[in-house]
Amino acid sequence: MLDERPTASELVAAVADFLEREVGPALDGRLAFHTKVAANALRIVERELAAGPAAAEGDRVRLRELTGSEGDLRTLNALLAQRIRAGELPAEDPALRDHLVRSVLSRIAIDNPRYPSLREAEGYWPPLP
Amino acid sequence: MSAIDGEAVAGLLATVLPAPVVVDRMVPLTGGASADTWSLDVVDAAGGAHPLIVRRGAGRGGVSLGLDARLEPLVQRAAGNASVPTAEVIAIFDDSVLGTGYVMRRLSGETIPRKLLRDPAYAAALSRLAGDCAAALAAIHAAPLDRLPAMPELPAAEQLDLLESLHRSIGQPVPTFELGLRWLHDNLPPPGRLCLVHGDFRMGNFLLDERGLVAVLDWELAHLGDPMEDIAWLCTRAWRFGGRGAVGGFASREDFYQAYGEVDPGRVHFWAVLSALKWGIICQLQSFVHLRGELPSVERAVIGRRVTEAELDLLLVLEERHA
Repeated sequence: MLDERPTASELVAAVADFLEREVGPALDGRLAFHTKVAANALRIVERELAAGPAAAEGDRVRLRELTGSEGDLRTLNALLAQRIRAGELPAEDPALRDHLVRSVLSRIAIDNPRYPSLREAEGYWPPLP
Repeated sequence: MSAIDGEAVAGLLATVLPAPVVVDRMVPLTGGASADTWSLDVVDAAGGAHPLIVRRGAGRGGVSLGLDARLEPLVQRAAGNASVPTAEVIAIFDDSVLGTGYVMRRLSGETIPRKLLRDPAYAAALSRLAGDCAAALAAIHAAPLDRLPAMPELPAAEQLDLLESLHRSIGQPVPTFELGLRWLHDNLPPPGRLCLVHGDFRMGNFLLDERGLVAVLDWELAHLGDPMEDIAWLCTRAWRFGGRGAVGGFASREDFYQAYGEVDPGRVHFWAVLSALKWGIICQLQSFVHLRGELPSVERAVIGRRVTEAELDLLLVLEERHA
């Protein structure tokens, strides 16, 4: 990340604020709705810029352990998917479940931190370190 | 969505209403992602005003889970005859000018889930919705098969294969989906009785007024299948809209199951896993329709990130089994 102000995250936030506060209210119907959607997309980017690197690193570390292989996230995810499909990793495998839960929780904090199912998830999987 | 020829519509309606028919107003409605829908007001020769809806089955956006546009009105009509509250289909068309679709009566009411779940005006309607929906769903599942048009048969095994091939066609592996597919293959229920399944029975497709359920809308995903599929889909977390209650955000399972009749919880659980996965794969498909440049839209782009919600819901449903 460059040492510049505004940061990429601050720029994205400024555009999201502009869409939410100035553009949206001036529109109606389909365009107003799509403006909301566009602002939401920028909020995801804003959160990913902040929390994405740690989430990706967490995934990579667990995937290397689970698969015993090296590679980038895309390669390791494809490898894991293929092993589950082939039945080499049983659907009940605790390390597999643990990885998927942690991965999904770290990504939903970026994609939609207000998703209602998260309250339910805390009942099954208390906040993870 | 291209404009509808007003004269052609008037001509069509003149065959079912006192002729000549004059089109007063015709405006496009947003809503269904895969059909184009218009609000239409006509006046017949006797001065009778008819509020109508025209629905055409064009532009399915690459996601072909839906019925042929010629079948949808036939199914809707058959459901109406089987005492399911529906909008009356008054004309069906399939020609080069109008395209393929149908005209139905426009009923008044509200469909927006968050409004229905929060606006006090609908409190009374909501309190009886479990009963209304259970009765409507039981009527759908009891519809006589010999009165239905020839429809796709999609029991569990076929749907699983269909979903799997749709997911594979995208080429973006999702380990959580793979876990879901594996579990579904390992837990496939034995074939059961086939009946009419609505296929998208949930808030958003329920038209309510202040007194209760007015009509069940949107029959484009109807098929022959396992009745438990509709119950599981209604209970999918994606369709609770922040409301309370496992059933559509508006009712408890106990109340709904009791009002519906015979429920097989094991089969509902299978379909709940399949439903969470199906929603996730639909989100993935929609976003790839954008990413491949077929139908670019910011809405389709962002829906790709809802895959994570479906992944979480899938893991939650898999946990529920132990509860």
